[in-house]
Amino acid sequence: MKELIETIVKPLVDFPEDVQVNVEEESQRITYKLSVHKSDMGKVIGKQGRVAKAIRTVVYAAGSSQQKKIFLEIVE
Amino acid sequence: MKQITATGQTVEEAVESALAQLQTTKDRTEIQIVDEGKKGFFGIFGSRPAIVKVTVKIDPFEEAINYLKKISHELGAPAEIELKQEGKQVQFILTGDKIALLIGKRGQTLNSLQYLTQLVMNRYSNQFYTVLLDAEDYRKRRNDTLVQLAERLAQKALRTGQEVALEPMPSYERKVIHTALVKNRKVKTYSDGSDPHRHIVITPAGK
Repeated sequence: MKELIETIVKPLVDFPEDVQVNVEEESQRITYKLSVHKSDMGKVIGKQGRVAKAIRTVVYAAGSSQQKKIFLEIVE
Repeated sequence: MKQITATGQTVEEAVESALAQLQTTKDRTEIQIVDEGKKGFFGIFGSRPAIVKVTVKIDPFEEAINYLKKISHELGAPAEIELKQEGKQVQFILTGDKIALLIGKRGQTLNSLQYLTQLVMNRYSNQFYTVLLDAEDYRKRRNDTLVQLAERLAQKALRTGQEVALEPMPSYERKVIHTALVKNRKVKTYSDGSDPHRHIVITPAGK
């Protein structure tokens, strides 16, 4: 899953080496915290969150086969 | 963009060394000669090496296909991708075993992938391309469903004499509905709200 997020995000940004995904696992949910270079924030969020929404849709599609609920957060 | 500067005794040698370092071929690069070099006296005095700058050209189509392939692989639904280009519109057709996973509910995964691919592709191209993703004829099937839905809801609007609001849809799906009802003189259609909540409203004409 982590790899999937990186595969999606890296080609979208100017600083692919700064793309980081941290995982926080709880009993019912897994939260993936995505952080990118400061100047790339806009690129992963997009106009009215369009890009962020698209990334989430794809990630959640992959998570549907899992038991736990998954979330994707974009953090600074 | 990948770019390196290489030197050699002649321009050709410099180019060859650059290509070897970049592990690519001549037709996929742009070569700029910085210095042609000088042979000098007996190859010793006053000789200058040739310097070239070689840039790898990124093919936006290849980049987009790789992107889709990698994502579909990570999703556990590896897909083959066929490319069709018509002017500014580029169509990618996905085929594979678990295509349903890539389409998602009401095509939302497919639409998201389409948007992301378009972003990636236009990062590397000089011209703006519109990307269309399709799998198992999904777009055509969806069009048929939308036309049916449009006609059914137009009937409803006429029967009740009230406006009928549809759920939010992406622009090209709204277009399908507008087009389907253009010929129907008894109803009018318009879009309301702003993306991503923009939706169609069907209203009885002459109201």
